[in-house]
Amino acid sequence: MTLLTAMLRRTALGIMTLFIVSVLIFIGTSILPGDVANIILGQMATPDSLAALRAKLGLDEPAHIRYFIWLSDLLSGDLGVSKAGAGAGTVGTPISEMLIPRLANTLQLAGAVAVVAVPFAVTVGLLAAMYPGTKLDRAVTFTTLGLISVPEFLVATLLVLVVAVQLGWLPATAYISGQETGMKLVRALAMPALTLIIVASAQIMRMTRATVLNVMSSPYIEMAILKGVPRRRIILRHALFNTIGPIANVIALNLAYLVSGVVIVETIFAYPGLAKLMIDAVQTRDLPLVQACAMIFCATYVVLIFVADMVSILSNPRLRHPK
Amino acid sequence: MPALLEVDGLTIKAHKDNGGLVPIVKGVSFTIERGEVVALIGESGSGKTTIALSALGYSKPGLAFTGGEVRLEGRDVLSIPPDDKRAMRGRHVAYLAQSAAATFNPALTIGEQVTESPVLHGQMTREESQERAKALYRALELPDPDRLGRRYPHQVSGGQLQRLMAAMALCGKPDLLILDEPTTALDVTTQIEVLKAFKSVIKHEGAAALYVTHDLSVVAQIADRIVVLYAGEVLEHGEADQVINNPSHDYTRRLMAAVRPPPAAGQGDTALADHVRESPAIEVKGVSAGYGRQRDGSAVVKVLRDVNLVVQRGHTVGIIGESGCGKSTLARVMSGLLPATEGEILLDGAPLRPSLRQRNRSELQRIQFVFQMADVALNPRQRIDGILGRPLEFYFGLRGKEKRRRVSALLEMVELPAEFAGRYPEELSGGQKQRVNLARALAASPEVLLCDEVISALDTIVGANIIELLKRLRRQSGVSFVFISHDLSTVASFADDIVVLYAGRVVEQGPTDRVLSPPYHPYTRLLIASVPELRIGWLEETMESRVAQAGLDRIVTMTDTGCPFFDRCSIGVKGLCDQETPPVRHLGGRHAIECHRSEAEFLEGTF
Repeated sequence: MTLLTAMLRRTALGIMTLFIVSVLIFIGTSILPGDVANIILGQMATPDSLAALRAKLGLDEPAHIRYFIWLSDLLSGDLGVSKAGAGAGTVGTPISEMLIPRLANTLQLAGAVAVVAVPFAVTVGLLAAMYPGTKLDRAVTFTTLGLISVPEFLVATLLVLVVAVQLGWLPATAYISGQETGMKLVRALAMPALTLIIVASAQIMRMTRATVLNVMSSPYIEMAILKGVPRRRIILRHALFNTIGPIANVIALNLAYLVSGVVIVETIFAYPGLAKLMIDAVQTRDLPLVQACAMIFCATYVVLIFVADMVSILSNPRLRHPK
Repeated sequence: MPALLEVDGLTIKAHKDNGGLVPIVKGVSFTIERGEVVALIGESGSGKTTIALSALGYSKPGLAFTGGEVRLEGRDVLSIPPDDKRAMRGRHVAYLAQSAAATFNPALTIGEQVTESPVLHGQMTREESQERAKALYRALELPDPDRLGRRYPHQVSGGQLQRLMAAMALCGKPDLLILDEPTTALDVTTQIEVLKAFKSVIKHEGAAALYVTHDLSVVAQIADRIVVLYAGEVLEHGEADQVINNPSHDYTRRLMAAVRPPPAAGQGDTALADHVRESPAIEVKGVSAGYGRQRDGSAVVKVLRDVNLVVQRGHTVGIIGESGCGKSTLARVMSGLLPATEGEILLDGAPLRPSLRQRNRSELQRIQFVFQMADVALNPRQRIDGILGRPLEFYFGLRGKEKRRRVSALLEMVELPAEFAGRYPEELSGGQKQRVNLARALAASPEVLLCDEVISALDTIVGANIIELLKRLRRQSGVSFVFISHDLSTVASFADDIVVLYAGRVVEQGPTDRVLSPPYHPYTRLLIASVPELRIGWLEETMESRVAQAGLDRIVTMTDTGCPFFDRCSIGVKGLCDQETPPVRHLGGRHAIECHRSEAEFLEGTF
């Protein structure tokens, strides 16, 4: 297998995964009791008015036709309009209008976390692997294991308790309107970002340490030691390159989590991100919005893991230099 | 002036789980003079690798130097500071490991790894070291020396990689080379070409060497002096000639006795015809197989092509050939692990379904597989009685007392004490694990036992004992064996029939005595000629021969046109052998050779 075929194969797989995901999301939202017509009409629904509205919205078409209409709208960038149930006050708003500011907020937070957590965690993980069994290594192992075991709402609550309530350094909530800049933005982001940095770093650190240690026990590293290669060079030149694939994967998983899985953190700090929007959409049974959010989350996972796999394909000498 | 290396009263201990220390090396002393090759020989567990690594001031994790000195030019390398150790490693003492495939970093170019040490130690500039590396590639007869450095380890063959490791060690012009079983994992044909390259380059460079091996025949070719180790102690120490031809210690004599003579006719065990029935135990008919499946049902990578063989009840068929020739694939096809794409397999005259999943329980029970690595094949979390009890339950529904009795009987059959039933695999030695592995296959009361390199990973004496056990089992039970090995001597002592595989084709087959005596297929002759003999000077004689010069250091080509052995053959006919598939010549008495040379030519004994 050459590099090109490996990359093409991986790309095709990625597209297929996205397609399957879209089918699953469509099925998932379709089997929920009640459809959009029910939601719009609410209490006023009569069998006649329901049938009339369904015909108007195209809901009387067979499921596969509706799926392809939805998919082609999605691909052309038309996410539809909000169909929220009674009381939400967003009926008729285009979904893209609701999504974009939330997505921007989420990416802002995720970006801030990634910029700090990834280099920090990889470096500390490497240092722990360079000096296994030392105090530093034991401290890293102990804290990361502890932090992974503690649920993130506890980390968040403890941070609020200490930093916001006891010390009063930062606000307990992170509400932003979109107008903040500079220090104000940093202050608003600080608490949720700190929580996520702690959670994401712990995982990346552990995986980096484990991967590097695994490579460090291979015969070619022993050979490098017996050739008189200094320890720094052994890690940076001989070991690191062989660990790129697994480390890229754990980073990708953590970044995807920052986009989609942070609902608890967003809730605790009242941060207006995408995950929070999706929870609200579920509560108001705004199915088109749920579908759109789910697609974004899934696509983030698929794309990030695709990038990580590409990195490991590119770092594989057997594929880069075929026989 | 002190000797180059003086090992003086060296003691090394291993940390045990309970915090205690067990001695691994017990007060070992010997010296190496400049330009001299000293061999350390012993079985696994004798501490030979541990002693060799101490010359680099290095010990494997879990080991500690607890006494004695290892002096390099008078300076103790065990007690110098870490920076001095690093400065010494690679520059004054260089190491060659057993497996070059694992020792080269897959992510870096060969050139970078070969030249790394002298550049880091400031001995040479990058350009100088590259020139030096090219000169070494030439001296080691490696192909395309100018561009070799830019290639990656996976792009060259195993034998080439082994020689590249020598280039890596020699690049910094070390005073002392440590060679740790550098040819053990190689095929016989690759082994002698690597040995020859090592020998000439050591001589040319004037370096001293410490050669660690368990193989006396290899030692005889390369060593000036020999140190015989047993359980961490030196038993005998002397000139190579004296130790080999006139050993003084009893253990050395036992080691020598376990070295099998070069394969020849008449060494085989005489099988009894008692068990033979009308239909053979297992028969392979026109089987082709490989990996990956194309749309028309044929394999993407064809490994076996039109293989035919017959195993009579109570008999042993030995399958030999170099690595990659399809030996293991053939066993996998017979067991059903890999379904054949063409042809069929008959068990006791009845055709078997190709895939394991389609075979019924009785068919599964009658064919059993013994894998090469008992370490990996036995589940470390199960006790021996669990490992042996499972097939008894599965095939015969045995439980409770009945099962326990059968487990004891099986252990007795493989000559292990009954109390081993309660132990875990890790509490057993390599040879004992292989016996359990064998007992597990025997638990199913099979008719055919497929043994894939079952003694290759074992020490000579332990391996010889396993062979004795197999012979006894065969006499008693009438089990048929398919015995796969790259070691011709072992096959010669055990098999009734031999099948020689080359590039997935049977090039010669017949009764052992016929295959191992002329007329030979040229490939069989190359294999026989490559088995090292326990005789000083054998290597030089062999390398002079026409067969060796034509057949060594060639890459095996899988071809659909002509004879696959053509480019390594000393008697090939250009225009015929490279164009047409060779016919099968039947030479009588089941002996067949696949070759273009005529039956008359073979019978006259022209070659």
